[in-house]
Amino acid sequence: MDKKDTQIDTQETVISIKDLKKSFGPLNVLNGVNLEIKKGENVAVLGRSGTGKSVLIKIISGLLKPDSGLVKVFGQEVDKISEKELQELRLKIGFSFQNSALYDSMSVRENLKFPLVRNKRDLNDKEVNEAIESVLNDVGLPQTINQMPSELSGGQKKRIGIARTLILKPEIMLYDEPTSGLDPITCIELNNLILKVQKEYRTSSIIITHDLTCAKITGNKVAILNEGKFLKIGGFEEVFSSHDTYIKTFYDYNFTENNKIYER
Amino acid sequence: MESTSKNSDITAKKKYLISKGIDGFFEDIYDLYQFILRFFKEAFSAPVEWKEIVNQCYQVGYKTLLLVSVTGFITGTVFTKQSRPSLSAFGAASWLPSLVSIAIIKTMAPLITALIAAGKVGSNMGAELGSMKVTEQIDAMEVSATNPFKFLVVSRILAITFMMPVLVLYTGLVGMMGAYLNVHSNELTSFTSFFISAFKSIEFKDIFSSLFKALCYGFTIGVAGCYQGYYAQNGTQGVGRAANLAVVFSMFLIFVEELLIVQVLNSFR
Repeated sequence: MDKKDTQIDTQETVISIKDLKKSFGPLNVLNGVNLEIKKGENVAVLGRSGTGKSVLIKIISGLLKPDSGLVKVFGQEVDKISEKELQELRLKIGFSFQNSALYDSMSVRENLKFPLVRNKRDLNDKEVNEAIESVLNDVGLPQTINQMPSELSGGQKKRIGIARTLILKPEIMLYDEPTSGLDPITCIELNNLILKVQKEYRTSSIIITHDLTCAKITGNKVAILNEGKFLKIGGFEEVFSSHDTYIKTFYDYNFTENNKIYER
Repeated sequence: MESTSKNSDITAKKKYLISKGIDGFFEDIYDLYQFILRFFKEAFSAPVEWKEIVNQCYQVGYKTLLLVSVTGFITGTVFTKQSRPSLSAFGAASWLPSLVSIAIIKTMAPLITALIAAGKVGSNMGAELGSMKVTEQIDAMEVSATNPFKFLVVSRILAITFMMPVLVLYTGLVGMMGAYLNVHSNELTSFTSFFISAFKSIEFKDIFSSLFKALCYGFTIGVAGCYQGYYAQNGTQGVGRAANLAVVFSMFLIFVEELLIVQVLNSFR
């Protein structure tokens, strides 16, 4: 699947971040982040470890509170709304965790059933089972339905983690390093899955990654985070045509011969 | 959201009012107070997680039943055996059922059951929630619009609080059976006369105070286990620490509560 298959629906802004700041003690992690995401748009966020990429999506989902700045999701300020409104907003946001965060005491079926039955109490058993089977088919893992998370591979866990969020039919997907620690073939499968989700579920997404291939394939835009701010936001070619050393090093590590960056 | 705000508080570099240790101690007490306050707020608001509460009640009973049966029985038997020589020296061996029933019903059954539950259930709560916390399962629950505090914490605390009185009554019964078997094998006392004699010395107030103690101990074990687990950090080391602290705090507080409750109840006698 190619990302050209996926079209950005409208110019409606689903996530709007202005001058976002967040620090942990003396450490300023986010220091004036600005970002806008349109409906149907995938934005890949790149940056070194510890630059606050995961903090950014945790703030968007309401898991962390910002120190200052504006974070609006579907026009609602996530840190200002009531707990009830936040719960309702979260039904529109899917969060794929770096380590999948599957409930390890539950089987795959129960992992998928849990958010569904708790949030859509009017569904009968048949409808629940159909939804579980449908979403497992979408991520290509129908055979794992009765397995425990400990019996799954890393790539399978990530896909089940994505399935668990898709079952609630979110409008926004937040992926935290979806391809980290996976082999190249599984990475390709996951990149394709991200594109499939964008196309079939019509989601807008933020993809946190270190993997430039993942960013290039899945992102309509790429944003480079450095020292708490976005250094550059734009199309992949546009961003990586920059002469900035930080951006160039990212590119060179992934796409040019390593002789250029290693002293050997 | 509170779970993560505590993490950020911890990483913050602060100027301490007194010293790091003393400030930390009072901060912990404040956090615990907030945790208990949140428990009551969530426990009395809809919807109630009945299914999970029943599941946790089953888990508590299932995990402790064998242990409290064995320890209750041994305690009853050994206490009777150890008390016999002292009473016999005064020609008062016939008082054995009364002495044993007072000791078991009023103190030993609640205390032994609580200590067993602290070790078995409290540590389990600390480790289970701690593991869920460090592997982001609690965050995953939160972002899927489920209140993890209500689902995980409130249900566990309520379950052990309600199950403790049941377990204490059971332990008392098993302990009395152990005592009866020992008395019967030595003094050939019949089942009926043993229990008539035993319950002559027990008043309703004694059973009530035991059940009240059981409720307090259950709540303490639940709060200590869940608090340590829910705020666990630093990976697997943090999980081990949470399980360990859950047991240590529970046991310490159980003895402190025993002392306080006995003082308070005695003032009503």
